[in-house]
Amino acid sequence: MTEEGRTAPPSGAWGAVDCEESIHHLYHFLDGELTEDRRRELQAHLDGCAPCVEKYEFEAELRRVIADRCKDHVPDELRRRVANAINHERLTNES
Amino acid sequence: MADQERFVDDAMEYMPSLYTAAMRMTRNSSDAEDLVQETYLKAFRAYGGFQEGTNLKAWLYRILTNTFINTYRAKKRRPEEADVEDVEDLYLYHRLVGYGGSELGRSAEDEALSRFTDEAVKAAIESLPESFRMTVLLADVEGFSYKEIAEIMDVPVGTVMSRLHRGRGALQKALHDFGLERGLVEAQPL
Repeated sequence: MTEEGRTAPPSGAWGAVDCEESIHHLYHFLDGELTEDRRRELQAHLDGCAPCVEKYEFEAELRRVIADRCKDHVPDELRRRVANAINHERLTNES
Repeated sequence: MADQERFVDDAMEYMPSLYTAAMRMTRNSSDAEDLVQETYLKAFRAYGGFQEGTNLKAWLYRILTNTFINTYRAKKRRPEEADVEDVEDLYLYHRLVGYGGSELGRSAEDEALSRFTDEAVKAAIESLPESFRMTVLLADVEGFSYKEIAEIMDVPVGTVMSRLHRGRGALQKALHDFGLERGLVEAQPL
């Protein structure tokens, strides 16, 4: 962005944060990686900006879908194998 | 110092998430099982040196990651950074909802996302280059912080952030491509 672009009043600005900045920090926000001050500034923007909230909610829901749908069930056989391997290791150490 | 006698009680609860990560990284159940077993054996041997009260799950992931890199990863021919295409922010949102925002409403958006099956999500994750895949798994599936991921993968926090940014973009594109291919979503005029 040009310097000029920065000084012009951004459209959709609420408080100190505009929409572009809000989207830029979307994942830092969802990841819980912002300082408390920054998080509050963004929250103030979100409180007044429905389009940004919609995008935040979409990304948050996408993340839930990804986390829920990429899981695998541990085979019972693997639990037994690991328990046996550790037992074997323990017995070897003791003898 | 952690008591080796308590290892089984302390560490076994993490097997489902370690196994999921191993499945996504090796992409087959036989290697994934070997990787998990190897991780637990190494962890058991090293448990005396584990600092109690620190993050056991992160410590196990660190062992899993190193074991994967040393044993299963194909020799790297070139930096993987080149293998990840840069995509715009909100790639999937723009394609499922549009640029103008939603006329669909919240439940229709959630419904659109719910069409991505387990198979689609797994395939999309597995399409990412390894270092991006691991970073995205640790953040989005396991919920580790940037700092924890940096320690697990032994890279700077800045690297974690850039891999996450690009990896998430590539994941959204892969999901969308897979969805189109399988008819889970429709192509929208942009």
